[in-house]
Amino acid sequence: MSDPNGLIQPGRPAPGFTLASTPDGRQTGPEQFRGRPVVLVFYPADWSPVCGDQMSLYQAAAPVFDQYQAMVLGISVDSIWSHRAFAESRGIAFPLLSDFEPKGEVARRYGAYTPQGEAARALVVLDQAGTVAWSYLSKPDVNPGADGIFDALDNLARDRKVMAG
Amino acid sequence: MTTPLQVTARLREPVTIEDHVRGPSNAPVTIIEYGDFQCRFCGAAYPNLHELLRQRADTVRLIYRYFPIANVHPYAERAAETAEAAASRGKFWEMHDWLYEHQDQLDPVHLSLGVEQLGLPTDELNAEVERGAYADRVRRDFVGGIRSGVNGTPTLFVNDVRHDGGYDLPDLLAAVDAAANA
Repeated sequence: MSDPNGLIQPGRPAPGFTLASTPDGRQTGPEQFRGRPVVLVFYPADWSPVCGDQMSLYQAAAPVFDQYQAMVLGISVDSIWSHRAFAESRGIAFPLLSDFEPKGEVARRYGAYTPQGEAARALVVLDQAGTVAWSYLSKPDVNPGADGIFDALDNLARDRKVMAG
Repeated sequence: MTTPLQVTARLREPVTIEDHVRGPSNAPVTIIEYGDFQCRFCGAAYPNLHELLRQRADTVRLIYRYFPIANVHPYAERAAETAEAAASRGKFWEMHDWLYEHQDQLDPVHLSLGVEQLGLPTDELNAEVERGAYADRVRRDFVGGIRSGVNGTPTLFVNDVRHDGGYDLPDLLAAVDAAANA
């Protein structure tokens, strides 16, 4: 089961992990992007049957994520082969991580795993030091969009300005 | 600051004189559509929105903003920029309607034929699109949409609140009537 406390909350250090992101087994995880905000996007499954699905939307928004130097990582329990085909069909260039074996282990550690055996639809924004800055649990059938993510990234940028000042 | 489950997204980019408006300017209900000309769901909503404006002619106005999801729809960005080029010549809605009525003909060759059909100067307009004269405008609409909680296409805002219901005519009529009586 998932963390009984539910989705990981702001202020907590993000559990470290790496997962396979390509068929050759390359491992990717948030610690590789310290110094930049990281957006972890847990989602139930590749191939959701709509045009404007969440992952396609985030790819379309890549120039905006770039403005914040934010790294987006998608995470589901799908295999790397499914991820690859899905990414090709939707033109997705950011990494899709395969939380496949042991199944859903990373999602569980973030409190984002469902009894149905999929990742929940959850967003977790990590600050430049790897602390959870914002998290959001959506209904599984509702695409949460990106407005909450960008608000969180704005807050991070503001906090850094205050500290520098 | 974890956000509670399901906060209704609200429009953050107010209507400006740059927007493309169809319907009376003093209408009590404003629908803002964020759309992608190559998206078939937008195409399916198009005749319903048309009929909605006909049946609620005094109540509602429609504003269209660009939200091309280019990684899925390779012709969407160019279609949007072409619509904006038409807009600069006072023919936004003619181009908008042509695009939604010819969604299977959005490749550059057919698109040029459409531009020509509308009586617009094809070569001049294509040259403007090629040099990216309208890219900033399309990008501005897109970014404003994503900051407002647009989560796919079409996304409608009815008096600034994201419409999370369907796009069939009865759904749209109900949403407009509810907003008009609110």
